[in-house]
Amino acid sequence: MTPDAATVDLVCAACDRPLEIGRVVASYMGQTFPVDLPRCPVCGFVYVSEELASGKMLKVEQALEDK
Amino acid sequence: MDPAQVKAWEARCTEEQPPACRAACPLRVDVRAMAEKMKAGDFVGAYAVYATVVPFPAILSHVCDHPCEAACRRAEAGGALRIRALEQACVEEAYGTARRVIQKARKPKRIAVVGAGLAGLTSAFDLAMKGHAVTVIEADAHALETLRHAYDETILPASAIEVEIGGLAKLGVTVNCRARVTAGDGPLGLDTLVAGNDAVLLALGARPASAFAEALRLNDSGRIAVDPETRTTSRPGVFATGLHERLGTAWSPLRSITDGRRAAASIDRFLQGASLTAGRDEETGTCLYVNVTAHAPQPPVAAAQPGGAYTHAEAMAEAARCFPCRCLECVNACAYLARYGAYPKRYVREIYNNDSIVMGNRKANRMIDSCTLCGLCAELCPNDLAMGEVCLEARRSMVRRGKMPPSHHDFALRDMAFARSDEVTLARHQPGHDASAVAFFPGCALAGSSPDHVARLYAHLCGRLSGGVGLVLDCCGAPSHWSGRETLHAEVRTGLVATWERLGRPTLITACASCLRHMDDLHPDIEVRSLWPLLAEVGWPEGARAAIAGPLAIHDPCAARHDAASQDAVRKLAAGLGATVHELGGAARTTCCGFGGLVTFANPEVADAIVDRRIGESDDDYLVWCAMCRDSFARRGKRAAHLLDLAFPAADGGDPAERPDPGFSGRRDNRRRLKVRLARDLWGDDVSEPADPSRERRLIIDPAVRADMERKLILVEDVDRVVLHAETTGQKLKDPRTGRSIASARLGSLTCWVEYEVGPVGVVVHRAYGHRMTVESSS
Repeated sequence: MTPDAATVDLVCAACDRPLEIGRVVASYMGQTFPVDLPRCPVCGFVYVSEELASGKMLKVEQALEDK
Repeated sequence: MDPAQVKAWEARCTEEQPPACRAACPLRVDVRAMAEKMKAGDFVGAYAVYATVVPFPAILSHVCDHPCEAACRRAEAGGALRIRALEQACVEEAYGTARRVIQKARKPKRIAVVGAGLAGLTSAFDLAMKGHAVTVIEADAHALETLRHAYDETILPASAIEVEIGGLAKLGVTVNCRARVTAGDGPLGLDTLVAGNDAVLLALGARPASAFAEALRLNDSGRIAVDPETRTTSRPGVFATGLHERLGTAWSPLRSITDGRRAAASIDRFLQGASLTAGRDEETGTCLYVNVTAHAPQPPVAAAQPGGAYTHAEAMAEAARCFPCRCLECVNACAYLARYGAYPKRYVREIYNNDSIVMGNRKANRMIDSCTLCGLCAELCPNDLAMGEVCLEARRSMVRRGKMPPSHHDFALRDMAFARSDEVTLARHQPGHDASAVAFFPGCALAGSSPDHVARLYAHLCGRLSGGVGLVLDCCGAPSHWSGRETLHAEVRTGLVATWERLGRPTLITACASCLRHMDDLHPDIEVRSLWPLLAEVGWPEGARAAIAGPLAIHDPCAARHDAASQDAVRKLAAGLGATVHELGGAARTTCCGFGGLVTFANPEVADAIVDRRIGESDDDYLVWCAMCRDSFARRGKRAAHLLDLAFPAADGGDPAERPDPGFSGRRDNRRRLKVRLARDLWGDDVSEPADPSRERRLIIDPAVRADMERKLILVEDVDRVVLHAETTGQKLKDPRTGRSIASARLGSLTCWVEYEVGPVGVVVHRAYGHRMTVESSS
């Protein structure tokens, strides 16, 4: 799961800092995976774009549900 | 899942049974497959099918006694397919195009075949194809001597015989003619053959075999005694074809070939040290169901040439008369069953395999959850196989083992929980009464689709029925049943029984066919009645007339497939309003609207395919009597009116068939509003209107965005919670390019994201989406 280029322009409203790509942990059905996603370097707020949510993330969710 | 039950389900589906032509053919020629190819002009493909099982196509296509034609089901619709003529045309055009690949025997054996008739040569052919070394010994001057004299040249040309004998030589079979085998140990003695080969086949034809009297046991007719099943003789390693036992049975080339094939199969088993009897396919007949009446009669194609041989074009036309014989009654009628490219027998096996997997992917999960459980397949199946029964049992098994994918039914179960919550439920006696003879149970679909009808209908019933008409706004628990949640379903039922007890055990009157089915066996003492026959008894309000002109095509809910009383009542009620109604193939064969079985949630594409197919059956407006059916049709753009839309038209005079689908958010709002309206107007409770996020001018959602949210199962109240959370806590993202805010909140098992903009009159929602996976910063 990789972020698309446009998302890095987003700014965390609470911290007033641009998001940066960083290592985050995605979890579902008891499985966890390290992934690089845009996040606020200060508060850690992670952004998931719709493209990611309805694309690769959905595929992984469905694959885990069918395990 | 119980394996015995699974087998019983599988056995009910006849689709894998052979067509009658194939079952009648001793060689099991797949005529259906040949005809399908020939009608498309693919004679080479058809020949490949034929040559797979026929050892000498050039011969048999001329002289086959074609028992297939007597069995052909086309006979019942214009005349049996002329299969032998088709085979002849196919062989004529494509002979030799199929490449024959000789198997590599791990340990090639030597076999001597005595007699070069059709039986002997068929054995030789089959054993050579298995990779064995075969020598044929013939007393006459030529192989197939009998055949050469049995037919006129115009029926079986000598060239056909020669080409097949030549083909046998190419397989490496040696044919030694003018060599008579006798008993004893001479150069052509049986003992010598037995000593020099791994097996010997005596294919002597229908004649006494006194020459072998001392070597083999003979029968009373002086012929070699042969075991009819295995073609073994009294001497191990020596086999014989079986015609010796069948004096009096007319000779036929087909029977000789079959005889030789059986002997070859025994010899091959013998050479491998395998059982000669285990698992031999001797089954004849078929129980494949074919709906012949669905095919218009068509006479056979007449051949222009004398002798009846078909030209290419004639053969294509004749092949096109093959139905072909298949059952597929359910698959042809159901968009779900058609979706997965097979038929129930295979689906049942896939579902069972899915259920039995210990490690690995359960590939049939979504298929199992895509059945509407509507019962149409059982209605059409000659053996009453209900795929809904199979899928429901599989769902229960998945839930029991914790293998049900959470995303499939999560939304539906949350919606059911809402429909059972205090926010929208109600159970009270009629105002001014302290008992209820009956209680009206409209069902959550009607309350969600058209709350006004619930209120007006309730008022009407109160005016026409005595003894107190209670009102119960609640859910019957259909979603918990459909999703295979047995524990939850039992809990719902217990709650409903408690409500019924609290109201003094009234007769329940429901407007919903699904509620009627699900509550029918709630409790031995509960009487549940359908609203519609009761309404037919008490009549419509004075002066009610259909608020719609033009003919209406009536669609019955699948849950009422067998509820003849309600079906009749609805038609009478429609007629009573002056509506002109016609059938859509009848109530027994009605289809689901796509909502049943929660398919809308687990597989929206299949749900849409199901409802779209139903919509395509008539251009007329549909008349329905299930609120969920009406909303499903409206969602897909079909003009559809509920019977109550006709009798209780909207105050604003709007077109009743154009009422839009309220959607999931709208249905929730309608249920909330209905409870408040009734509690306040009928019982005088002091309650205020429930808050509607989208109507407080706080959320402004474009219809396209709203439709997209519906598709993604995101409610307006979900969006409201995300925005409220973001605006309260400040936790959100900003897009400097657009000035929009992007925020998320975890709502149950879903993370909901909203992109929005705070404007002067409210919050403009640009999009919403969700995911189930959680993501957290690792540092």
